[in-house]
Amino acid sequence: MAFDYPDDLQYLDSHEYARVDEEDNTVTVGISAFAIDQMGDVVFLELPDIGDTVEHGENFGTIESVKAVEDLKSPVDGAVIDRNEALIESPEEIANDPYGSSWLIKVKADDLAGLDEAMSAEEYQQQVEGE
Amino acid sequence: MLRSETSKVESQRPSLPKSPFQSPLLTAMANLLRTPLHALYLEQKAKMMPFSGWEMPVQFSGILQEHAAVRQSAGAFDISHMGKFVLTGEDAIAQLQKLVPSDLSKLTPGKAQYTVLLNEQGGIIDDLIVYHQGTTDGAEDGELQGEKVTLIVNAGTTHKDKTWLEKHLTKTVSLQDLSQTQALIAVQGPSATAKLQQLCPDENLAAISRYGHQTGQLFGHPAFFARTGYTGEDGFEVMVPIEAAAELWQQLIALGVTPCGLGARDTLRLEAAMALYGQDIDDRTTPLEAGLSWLVHLDKSADFIGRSVLEEQKSAGPSRRLVGLRLEGRNIARHDYPILHNAESVGTVTSGTLSPTLGYPIALGYVPTALAKVGTSVEVAIRGKTFPATITKRPFYKSTK
Repeated sequence: MAFDYPDDLQYLDSHEYARVDEEDNTVTVGISAFAIDQMGDVVFLELPDIGDTVEHGENFGTIESVKAVEDLKSPVDGAVIDRNEALIESPEEIANDPYGSSWLIKVKADDLAGLDEAMSAEEYQQQVEGE
Repeated sequence: MLRSETSKVESQRPSLPKSPFQSPLLTAMANLLRTPLHALYLEQKAKMMPFSGWEMPVQFSGILQEHAAVRQSAGAFDISHMGKFVLTGEDAIAQLQKLVPSDLSKLTPGKAQYTVLLNEQGGIIDDLIVYHQGTTDGAEDGELQGEKVTLIVNAGTTHKDKTWLEKHLTKTVSLQDLSQTQALIAVQGPSATAKLQQLCPDENLAAISRYGHQTGQLFGHPAFFARTGYTGEDGFEVMVPIEAAAELWQQLIALGVTPCGLGARDTLRLEAAMALYGQDIDDRTTPLEAGLSWLVHLDKSADFIGRSVLEEQKSAGPSRRLVGLRLEGRNIARHDYPILHNAESVGTVTSGTLSPTLGYPIALGYVPTALAKVGTSVEVAIRGKTFPATITKRPFYKSTK
């Protein structure tokens, strides 16, 4: 199966992506289509409250499918300014639009240093597809 | 039935691959056994996973979709990885009786019995189904004249079981291991029998009762049809030579039967509260603890390995019991998560999932006998937080069809 790896995103090896708006240092965090496919049917999503702080490389929530549960890791340090309530209500929808309406949280980043280790779309695709 | 199997979906789950994704999974797959349907799985883009030494499909279209197909119409499962033994000989059943707590004197030709092999401590070596096939004249290769029984055991315990059986059966019984030469395909669901019937017009499947079985023909090959399963639905488990497996699989799919993987097999068996060996039951659990006292017949005089331990445990009462749990919310209590009562750890979850049919999380686990009453409130620790759970009746789901 072919998966999308949008070029404008940065990817963590734990499969989260970050979409950075450099004008105001906000970062939209989601999970790659590849990882969602690996998880199978997603049944539960646990996300931090608005105002909570998140740390680069640390867990900010969990995603659970019928067969597995995985931690979600933050790409940056910052404060949560929004979370996807609709997706919490209907986590099974996550596979429909992982890079659009199925984002997880938006973070006001303290700085973007955490993204230094992140991968480009091409690097991430090579890593997960092993080509 | 060929029950137990599925999952380890939890303990060996194909989780989100961690970096570098050059995959422990792929490396681990290199030395695994493959069923005769393996090539088809690659074509069908099934997701594969290691299970009990085999490379098996965990899902095709998706666990929830496959699960619903079995509850509403019909699904097919490749369970060729399960161990298959045939015992023949004049006293085959009497010898097997020494190894199981069930009363095999009640087992008649054409019927099957779910039971367990026990060690000296009363612990479960494996759970299995014993199919009484009447008598044989011993003319077939490897068979001895006398009674004939087929045993279907778990994949991961096939070798252990064979060693145990060979150690305890005398020379008057022949044990043949068909695990590598026979394929096993389960067809389960309310329309499973009708679908399978279309492929074997010379058989009368409707005449086979639950836990009944018979031999016959399928596509010109000898076939064994057993009305058993591991899903909580009606259906059959069909044993055919491996060269007939792909045709059976493809014909079932052509009839609209949904191909299902081990993921759905696990959610289906868990809703039906059927134990998974290695997860809910093992060498250190007795059938009295595991909710399997219905298959223990201490009222009969027949001796069997483990009997004295079970007698003691029955008179004293087992200190812990397997129970069903229902959780609030959507958090899943998974294998090895602690069960708490009054903030103290009192037991462990052995299997858990979000029940696709019921829509809430269910689990199996062991708790002290004093707490093992339907309606008792406990808690489950899920990744550092505790969630309320109620001990509930098993099975969680019962087919009305």
